[in-house]
Amino acid sequence: MSILEYNGAAIIAMAGKDCVAIAADTRLGVQAQTVACDFRKVFKMNDRLFVGLGGLATDVQTVDQLLKFRQNLYELREERQMSPKVFSNVLSNLLYEKRFGPYFIEPVVAGLDENNKPFLSGMDLIGAPVYTDDFVVTGTATGNMYGMCETLYKPDMEPEELFETLSQALLASVDRDALSGWGAVVHVITKDGVTSRELKGRQD
Amino acid sequence: MGDSAYSFSLTTFSRTGKLLQIEYALNAVANGRTSLGICATDGVVIATDKKLTSTLVDTAHVGKVEAVDSGSGMVYSGVGPDYRVLVRKARKSSQSYYRQYREIKPVTQLVKSTASVMQEYTQSGGVRPFGVSLLVAGIDGDGIPKLYQVDPSGAYFGWKATAIGKNYVNAKAFLEKRYQDDIELEDAVHTALLTLREGFEGEMTSENIEVGIVSKADGKFRVLTPSEVQDYLDEAT
Repeated sequence: MSILEYNGAAIIAMAGKDCVAIAADTRLGVQAQTVACDFRKVFKMNDRLFVGLGGLATDVQTVDQLLKFRQNLYELREERQMSPKVFSNVLSNLLYEKRFGPYFIEPVVAGLDENNKPFLSGMDLIGAPVYTDDFVVTGTATGNMYGMCETLYKPDMEPEELFETLSQALLASVDRDALSGWGAVVHVITKDGVTSRELKGRQD
Repeated sequence: MGDSAYSFSLTTFSRTGKLLQIEYALNAVANGRTSLGICATDGVVIATDKKLTSTLVDTAHVGKVEAVDSGSGMVYSGVGPDYRVLVRKARKSSQSYYRQYREIKPVTQLVKSTASVMQEYTQSGGVRPFGVSLLVAGIDGDGIPKLYQVDPSGAYFGWKATAIGKNYVNAKAFLEKRYQDDIELEDAVHTALLTLREGFEGEMTSENIEVGIVSKADGKFRVLTPSEVQDYLDEAT
């Protein structure tokens, strides 16, 4: 089994009309054995910026802490918030610094830029970024997630519809993956704030 | 940066609490050729007197006003070679910033890191302070024009308009009288040239001064060509 599949994860971020949503499962496993069903993989960096980290759990937590570190220093020095585009680049840089001994995570970044337009990016474990305007996925069920998103996604969805679409895509994807599932969390980000909900899914 | 044999600083406190090396560095600045800067509502202008010792000197190859990145530039008064080291460091730090953040380094951040370098040289082993004061001009992503002075000690100040170097007292008095908060870039350039001319020894031409501007319209810093400077000089007379 690959090191990126050791703990299991399924994370999707999707763009709507002046909103983004990001959802992740909450399973923490040690290969086949499930150890926790409340493990956080999506982290709020500020009211308009979320990052989802899929991969080795220890690196998920470490990278979250390192990102917070870099973000805090930036905000203190520059006296302004980090925009999603800049944050994505900081993350990419952080990962490439460990090019020959990487963090085993494959992140997705979801946020709203200064003009409240959605921003999405995903990258591999050494920081190669991809920027999309529809959706990004990461984790152990990417095949399933790409299929679900490609089928269910349509552009310019309002927050409520975006939530429904994203939730259905995630739930259906994790059901056919042994290593992800056991509950899920969805965050919908608009200029007026964040709405977070827990999904009830199959507990197997 | 400093020989390992010199593990002690050469800049030490006097009994009265002064750092004499920094005072002396400021003297070197005060003996340098005059430079000034004016912040307008829609841009910033910086200018300097680059009058050289002999008519045989080819002034075209002397660059005193230098761009650091697309949005900022600087000029100095004091020891030229020291200035060039700082320009190099500032340019490199701008590029490092861009690599990390994919955004142009804001002027305020540039000033802070340059000032930090200058401060290091007042406390590190085996080195002396830089013999220059810098005037850094630029416009950030927020669209607000900015002008900063950085001294050999590493202290930095934001200015609406200021002058440094030989004639700075008279030049600043002149600027204080003429500056208005709503001054526009075109007027600011004219005022800068008039201020320079006040203390100028001999005739001021487009060959013996250098002017740099950054305007809100395009957000880019550039050094004016001699013919552009000549146009401004012609308008002034």
